[in-house]
Amino acid sequence: MYSQGLIGADGRSTESAEFLARFQARIDAEDKIEPNDAMPEGYRRTLIRQIGQHAHSEIVGMLPEGNWITRAPSLRRKAALLAKVQDEGGHGLYLYAAAETLGVSREEMTEELLSGKAKYSSIFNYPTLSWADMGIIGWLVDGAAIMNQIPLCRCSYGPYARAMIRVCKEESFHQRQGYELCMALAFGTPDQKAMVQDALNRWWWPSLMMFGPHDADSQHSDQSMAWKIKRFTNDELRQKFIDATVPQAEYLGLTLPDPDLKWNDAKGGYDHGPIDWSEFWRVVKGQGPMARDRIKARKKAWEDGAWVREAALAHAAKRAARKIAAE
Amino acid sequence: MTQTTPLWEVFIRPRNGLAHKHAGSIHAADEVLALQAARDVYTRRGEGNSIWVVRSADIYASDPDQTAENFDPAADKVYRHPTFYDIPDDVGHM
Repeated sequence: MYSQGLIGADGRSTESAEFLARFQARIDAEDKIEPNDAMPEGYRRTLIRQIGQHAHSEIVGMLPEGNWITRAPSLRRKAALLAKVQDEGGHGLYLYAAAETLGVSREEMTEELLSGKAKYSSIFNYPTLSWADMGIIGWLVDGAAIMNQIPLCRCSYGPYARAMIRVCKEESFHQRQGYELCMALAFGTPDQKAMVQDALNRWWWPSLMMFGPHDADSQHSDQSMAWKIKRFTNDELRQKFIDATVPQAEYLGLTLPDPDLKWNDAKGGYDHGPIDWSEFWRVVKGQGPMARDRIKARKKAWEDGAWVREAALAHAAKRAARKIAAE
Repeated sequence: MTQTTPLWEVFIRPRNGLAHKHAGSIHAADEVLALQAARDVYTRRGEGNSIWVVRSADIYASDPDQTAENFDPAADKVYRHPTFYDIPDDVGHM
């Protein structure tokens, strides 16, 4: 979600050099920027893009897992999955509200999602084919998300940072329930182990792509790092994620699908094989296996909900009229 | 009936990066006077750098008689907490 949030951001500024320098000095002093503060238009636009796309990712992110709620193998797993999907809906709402402090409306953001103008994380354009995917998503996808989101708790924009603190606190169970599910399968029957290995094979590379393009190809990184919208580069976060994940896979007795993955003593981290960036850009631009389904599902939800929104507003107007009449 | 001066709820932000927090209330004729009065009453010792005032009449609160049905259901959903899931120490912090 997250590192990809900056895709399509326009950080250009037209303000005077003096204004920009004053703003930068505040950022450098670790002063937080709040909604009523003066800020460069590029900063505002970049944050609207990033927070909006982060919110869309949470909302679209409910779909791949929602797919399995009714087929969870036990009440315990069902309750956990339901709670997780419910959290993601809530996180989308916190983030839309944080973006609204910058002068964009929830409706505008929704329209951009449905028209394809705004993006969401490429990871949600992959299908969830087996129950093991629920474990792998919690372990890897939420693991990667947490890696990205912890530094966002210190983002220079106050409302975004505060929303992220709440999100991170609530999300700490997501990865653990996923890993626990993977443990049950990896230490289960040979068929169960094969199922979770298959899921790992499918999700490993898309999870690494969640961190976004390599630093050398990440056009919005420098300005966003200077403004402290992001605190670590894409490659730094990806490296941290790999280093944390390899021992976790070893514990499960599973193999990560990368023959080039090996410990590098000199850098104190793992080296990995090449990432297929042509697949990444295809998926970001809406050609992922599930891209059409995801947008279709969101459009249907938006259109099917129209009468509810209208009815609620009509009811509110009626109550207001009654109240005035009674006075 | 005697005309009463409206009541306002006052929220103060201690410093940038933190959320506004309820500090107390104040009587004032309008929002301009409410902000001035809130500044005088609640920020004499550097308590903050930003004030919000909201008319008390505009605040809607949950019904105390419904506290149990509103909030008790969260109590038996222990699976929403990370400690519900046993993860071996060997795999590192998660």
